[in-house]
Amino acid sequence: MKTNKLWWLLSVMIPLTLIISACATPTTEAPKKFVFGLIMVGPKEDHGWNEAHWVAAQDVLKNVPNTDLVWIDKVNPADRPGVTIEQVSDDLVAKGAKVIFTNSAEFKDGTNNAAKKHTAVTFIHISGDAVLDKSAPANVGNFMGRMEYGKMIAGCAAALTTQTGSIAYLGPLIDAETRRLTNSVYLGAKYCWENARGKKDTPLKFEVTWIGFWFNIPGVTLDPTQVVNGFFDKGADVVLSGIDTTEALVVAGQRAKAGKKVWAIPYDYIGGCKEAEAVCLGVPYFNWTPAYQKTITEVQAGKWKQSWDWNGPDWKNINDPKTSHVGWVDGKALSADGKKSLDAFIADLGSGKINLFAGPLKYQDGKEFVKAGATADDKTVWYTEQLLEGVTGKSK
Amino acid sequence: MTGSRNFLSRLSLSLAPLLVALLIAILLLVATGAPPLDTFAKLFTGSFGTSSKQADTFVVWVSLAIVSAGLLITFTAGQWNIGVEGQIMVGSIFATWAARGMWEQSGIVGIPVIILWAMVGGALWALLVAVLKIYGKVNEIFGGLGFNFIATAFNIYLIFGPWKQKTGGTLSGTEIFPEALWMPTLPELRVSPIAIIIALFVLVVIYLSLRGTLWGLQLKAIGKNIRAAFVLGVPTNPLMLSAYAVCGACAGLVGAFLVIIVHHRLIPSISSGYGFLGILIVLLSSFNALWLAPLALFFAAVSIGSTALQLELNIDSSLGGVLQGVLVLVVLLMQGIKEKVISK
Repeated sequence: MKTNKLWWLLSVMIPLTLIISACATPTTEAPKKFVFGLIMVGPKEDHGWNEAHWVAAQDVLKNVPNTDLVWIDKVNPADRPGVTIEQVSDDLVAKGAKVIFTNSAEFKDGTNNAAKKHTAVTFIHISGDAVLDKSAPANVGNFMGRMEYGKMIAGCAAALTTQTGSIAYLGPLIDAETRRLTNSVYLGAKYCWENARGKKDTPLKFEVTWIGFWFNIPGVTLDPTQVVNGFFDKGADVVLSGIDTTEALVVAGQRAKAGKKVWAIPYDYIGGCKEAEAVCLGVPYFNWTPAYQKTITEVQAGKWKQSWDWNGPDWKNINDPKTSHVGWVDGKALSADGKKSLDAFIADLGSGKINLFAGPLKYQDGKEFVKAGATADDKTVWYTEQLLEGVTGKSK
Repeated sequence: MTGSRNFLSRLSLSLAPLLVALLIAILLLVATGAPPLDTFAKLFTGSFGTSSKQADTFVVWVSLAIVSAGLLITFTAGQWNIGVEGQIMVGSIFATWAARGMWEQSGIVGIPVIILWAMVGGALWALLVAVLKIYGKVNEIFGGLGFNFIATAFNIYLIFGPWKQKTGGTLSGTEIFPEALWMPTLPELRVSPIAIIIALFVLVVIYLSLRGTLWGLQLKAIGKNIRAAFVLGVPTNPLMLSAYAVCGACAGLVGAFLVIIVHHRLIPSISSGYGFLGILIVLLSSFNALWLAPLALFFAAVSIGSTALQLELNIDSSLGGVLQGVLVLVVLLMQGIKEKVISK
C-alpha cells in the first residue's frame, strides 16, 4: 500500500513537472542592449530615497541610447525574508546586467560578495565606503551625494521658521552616515538661529529620535508616525525627516489641518513635498542621474575605474539636473523672508564664506571633533563618531 | 481492488483542493492582469531554472522540511505550536552566542557545537510554552505568540545592543562570522549537502518514530483525547514536554542553519516566516510525514521563484505569498467539507 502511494505521488508530480517545464521554455533573445541593474532596499515609489534612485535609472534609459534596466525593489528582511543581495545579484546578472547599483548602506557585505562572484560586472554600492576602507573587490565602486549641504540648508530653513525654538529630527538607524547628516542639520539650524534670527542668547532645542531603520517595519522599528506626533506633543514645531518615507510631512499636514502651526521637511526625493505642500518648508534631495549616467557611459567605454566619489552640489545652480548631485527646492510653507535668508545662506555656503565644519566643534561627550582654527576633512566628516554637543539624542 | 479504489477516491479528495486552489490562483492572476501560464512558468524557472536557483530552493527546503517535521510532532500531540517562529529565532540566537564564543575555532569543532547549542536553545524556548500550557493553563497559541514577540524583541536588542557591529548597531545584523564557522556549501552554490542529508535524516526519524514507537503511539493518543489517554495510563505531561522539546530542537536546528548557511550572521527577521510556513505545510499534509518533503519543496519553490515574477513579468512578488495563502485556505476548507461529507 505504502509503495503504491508513493508511486502515485510520483506519477502525479512528474508529468506535472514536465508540463510546467515545457511551458517554461526560456525565450532566447540576444540582449543587444546594454543592461544595467538596480537593487533597491525599499519600494520604488516611496517618494523618498528609493524613488530618487528609480528616477535616475529612468533618466539613464532616456539619455543613454540602447540601455535596458532590470530591477528589484523591497530587498529587506521584512518584505523579502531570506532573500539576499547575492541571490538577487545572480538574477540580475542572469538577465544580462553589466552594471549593478545597490542602494543601501546595509548592502555593503552582500554587494562585495556578489562582486567577488561576478567579476565581469561592475557593482556600485551607494552610500558605501568599501573602497575607502579597502575592503572592496576591484569591480566595486562607491558614490554618495554630499547631502551634508542639503541637510544644512534644511536645518537653516527649520531654524528660520520655528516659533517655539524647538526642532526635531526623525532619525533612521544610528551609523556614521546618519550621525553626520543629523549633525549637519543641527549646524545649519544653529547657524541660522543665531545669525539670521539673531537669537544667540536663547539656545535652540534640537532633538533626534532614531526609529531603527530607513522606514517603518511594524514590530521591528519604532512607528515613525507616533514618533513625529510625540515630537509635536513635546513642543517642537518643525520636524525634519531623516528616514526614507514621508511620515513626518504627513503628520505635520494632519496637525496643520487641525489648526496647529507646524511644519516639516522631508528628505531624499525632489518631489518629496507633494504629500502636504502647505506645511512643507522645502526638501533636500539627491539627484543621482549624473553619477548613474557617468558610471554607465564609462563602463560602456571600458574606462570605468574603481573610486569612492562624494559628489557635491553644483553651487552655480544647486538645482541643475545635469550637474548638481544634491539640491534643495523651497516648499510652499517657507515665508518670503525665510526664503531671502535661506538664499543668502546657500550663496554663502557655495562661496565658502561659511564652513560649518570649522572648529571648534565638540562631540556630545565633550571629545573634540574639530579643533579651533581647523576645518574637518572628508574622512573626519564621513566617519563622524558621535552627535555634536547641543544635540539631544543617542549617538550610539 | 477496493483498496486501490479507496485510494483513488482519497487521492482525488487530496487533489481536488489543489485543483480548486489552482483555479482560484488563475482567476486571481487574470484579475490582476498577469498572464497565468507565464506566471506559473516563471515561478518554475525562477526556482528550478538554473543550478543556482535549484540550490537556493533547496536551501529553503531544508529549513521548511525540518521545521515541518518538528511541527508534525506537536500537531500529533494535538498542540498548535505557533511559537515555532520564536523557537527558530532563539535557535539562531543560541547559534550566534556559541559562535561568538568560538570566533577563532575551526569549523569541525565549531559547527557541531553551534548546531547543538541552537537545538538546546530552541528546545528550551519551546518548553517554556509547554510549561505554561501544562502548569499554568495558558493556551499554547497565546503562549507561543507571546514568546514569539519576546524572541523578536530580544533579538533586536542583541543586534542593536550587546552584539552590535563595531561600527554601530544596524538592521543588517551582527558582525559576519569568520568563514571557518560557515557551513560548507557546494562550490559556487549556496546549498549545503550536509544540511540536506540532515534534513532527510530528521524526516525519516520523525516518520519512523511516529509510526513504529510507543512514544509515537502515545503522542497520537494524547492528540486524539488527552483525558482518555491519561486515564489509560499514558504519562501525558512528560510526553507533552517531550513533544515540545523535539519540535523546539528542530526549530533550533533551522535557526542554526539560517545563521551558518544563509546569512552568516544574526539578522533581525532571521526566522524568515519559515515557522509559519511550516505550520501551513503540516496542515496541508493532513499530518502525514510522507507529504512533508514534497510540500516543503513546493513552498520553497514558490518562495524563491516569486522574485522572478517581478524581474520577468513586473508582477509584485508578494503574489507568491498570496498563492500560498489561497492554497492553504482552500485545502483547509475542502478538508472541512470532506469531514462533513464523511460524517454524513
